[in-house]
Amino acid sequence: MSSSEDTGQLASGADSTLAETTAATAEEERVYVASQWRLVWWRFRRHKLAIVSAVVLGLFYAMAVFCEFVAVTDPDAFDPKYTYMPPQRIRFVDESGFRFRPFVYGTKQTIVNFDITYREDPSKVHQLYLFVHGTPYKLWGLFDSDLHLVGLRDEGGTLFLLGTDRLGRDVLSRMIYGSRISLSIGLVGVFVSLVLGVLIGGVSGYYGGFIDTIIQRVVEFIRCIPTIPLWMALSAALPLDWPPLRVYFGITVVLSLVGWIGLARVVRGKFLSLREEDFVLAARIAGASEWRIITRHLVPSFTSHLIASLTLSLPNMIMGETSLSFLGLGLRPPTISWGVLLQSAQQLSVVALSPWLMSPVVFIVLVMLAFNFVGDGLRDAADPYSR
Amino acid sequence: MLRYFLRRLLYMAVTMLAVSVVTFIIIQLPPGDFMTSYIATLEAQGGILEQAEIEALRFRYGLDQPLYTQYLKWLRGVLRGDFGVSFEWNKPVSELIWGRLGLTFLLSFSALIINWIIAFPVGVYSAVHQYSLGDYVFTGLAFVSASIPHFLIALVLMWLMFKHFGLNITGLFSTKFADAPWSLAKVLDMLKHVWAPLLILGFFGGASLIRVMRANLLDELHKPYVVTARAKGLTESRLIRKYPVRVALNPFVSTVGWALPGLISGTTIIAIVLGLPTTGPMLLRALRSQDMYLAGSFLALLSLLTIIGTFISDLLLAWLDPRIRLG
Repeated sequence: MSSSEDTGQLASGADSTLAETTAATAEEERVYVASQWRLVWWRFRRHKLAIVSAVVLGLFYAMAVFCEFVAVTDPDAFDPKYTYMPPQRIRFVDESGFRFRPFVYGTKQTIVNFDITYREDPSKVHQLYLFVHGTPYKLWGLFDSDLHLVGLRDEGGTLFLLGTDRLGRDVLSRMIYGSRISLSIGLVGVFVSLVLGVLIGGVSGYYGGFIDTIIQRVVEFIRCIPTIPLWMALSAALPLDWPPLRVYFGITVVLSLVGWIGLARVVRGKFLSLREEDFVLAARIAGASEWRIITRHLVPSFTSHLIASLTLSLPNMIMGETSLSFLGLGLRPPTISWGVLLQSAQQLSVVALSPWLMSPVVFIVLVMLAFNFVGDGLRDAADPYSR
Repeated sequence: MLRYFLRRLLYMAVTMLAVSVVTFIIIQLPPGDFMTSYIATLEAQGGILEQAEIEALRFRYGLDQPLYTQYLKWLRGVLRGDFGVSFEWNKPVSELIWGRLGLTFLLSFSALIINWIIAFPVGVYSAVHQYSLGDYVFTGLAFVSASIPHFLIALVLMWLMFKHFGLNITGLFSTKFADAPWSLAKVLDMLKHVWAPLLILGFFGGASLIRVMRANLLDELHKPYVVTARAKGLTESRLIRKYPVRVALNPFVSTVGWALPGLISGTTIIAIVLGLPTTGPMLLRALRSQDMYLAGSFLALLSLLTIIGTFISDLLLAWLDPRIRLG
């Protein structure tokens, strides 16, 4: 969608000086000559919540792409000195009053019977800075850097904004790194589902008849099997000695095996209804080949619907990966994903003592909601001619 | 009606056959066969099988025969109620699953009823009072709870209950009843624990049904027959109850059919989070240890539950809507 070429509000400066009637016709004219995508965009723009959600998603994906930079530290850096440390609060006010630069207090530890308790130490103040040099990393495995978005400049301080886990690793940094896997697995999975769904749904809807009946039965059948047990069974079959990358793709394939069904249904439904339209008949009479009719006439007219259903199936994919990894059947450590992080929050005993280990839930819920709102807005906008 | 019934019955039989094939494939998926795992388990426990014994067992399970013979052999066993042996528990699978399956069914079914009880009036209210404050609140809630994975809700609820009330909501029975035979006291004890999973499944799971009911009723409310009825002076409540709600109910009933797989799915993972003695935790454990006969049987029987559920909802729909049974 060409969001950048926003032509502005309906009545531009020049129009407003003209008589109201002329403005109305000019406005109508604009609607008449607007391309379908422009109409979709206009309709989508009215859904405020969807716009906000789209921005949120944009930020999340930006974070995933630049996670090395956004993260405070290395997600695998562990420190036995700081295990299960609670989140440090960002403060603006201390004894001397308000400070313009935010800071965190240092921590004091007391160890009783191997149990570490942490207390804030107001005598030690560590100020937060933007764009600090910290742990070195290789951005996308290519560029050496040590620049981080937020950090401390003074040595010796710690910055665990969401606390630490069992090994003293920074939960926030791990969540930020996890977003790369969790968010991308949805995209890859949806892509595989898209290919399967369009292919199978297209064949089913375009040819109809016997093939359609068979495919519909298969679809109905897969819908009957409870998704999570099926996902569990399939991903449990992935060999334990696979390298992380192969497990990643294995999981996407497992998720897509169920995911294509929704898309196939959309494609089939659209094919069935569009097949009878006049413009298809016109194209056929004009001598267009089947392939040309499909690719030039049918597919473009339901692409917007397809994008809407894609957006709505993305959260399911992310949910699938999260659930599987959470259960220990999906991705496994040392791979970091939100589901893997939540594994440590499985027992009530752990959660009760260190609830900050549940923080990935916040990210997951935000992303789920955002995807659903955007999908909802897109679905309403997908057919700009209605109403 | 009879023809419709028979056709649906045939579909169901075919689907069940397909489930059995998929289950069998999943049982076969892990590398090696049943015997490899069995021998490994025995060896881990210090036992050693004689070569002759191994051969005898292989013969008994038909592992030396081609795959389709194995499948038929397995299927014949399943039809007789013999689901194979769980080598992790060293018991026949059929001894292990029924109790847990029963609880799963009970839980999913009660959740479904709660879904209905909530979704029906709320959906009707939202549609009749479209764009009112109540509608916005309900649709908003429905949307949010439909978007959040239920096991996360379970996780957070578990923590909140513990933090604020010191309540441990895991499990379905108190420790003293866990292994006790069924009795009135045990049922009462279960009722004390069952509210948490039911709240999550019933309340949050019903969210999508609210949206379905609302959308269906909205489609009906502006049709001419409603206007006619209103023009003839029917009271508003009688009008709504008598006509559009009945029509809007049909898609609602059919939705329930495929809500069931979702519910069973949800029950599985919530049961794991909350440690309920249902199929979920045992399935997970079986899959982890590659106890495939047990895992496969669970998958098959859970699918069976949803297939029967869909079948029943199809029949209900046909009973409600003559266009379907005659079509």
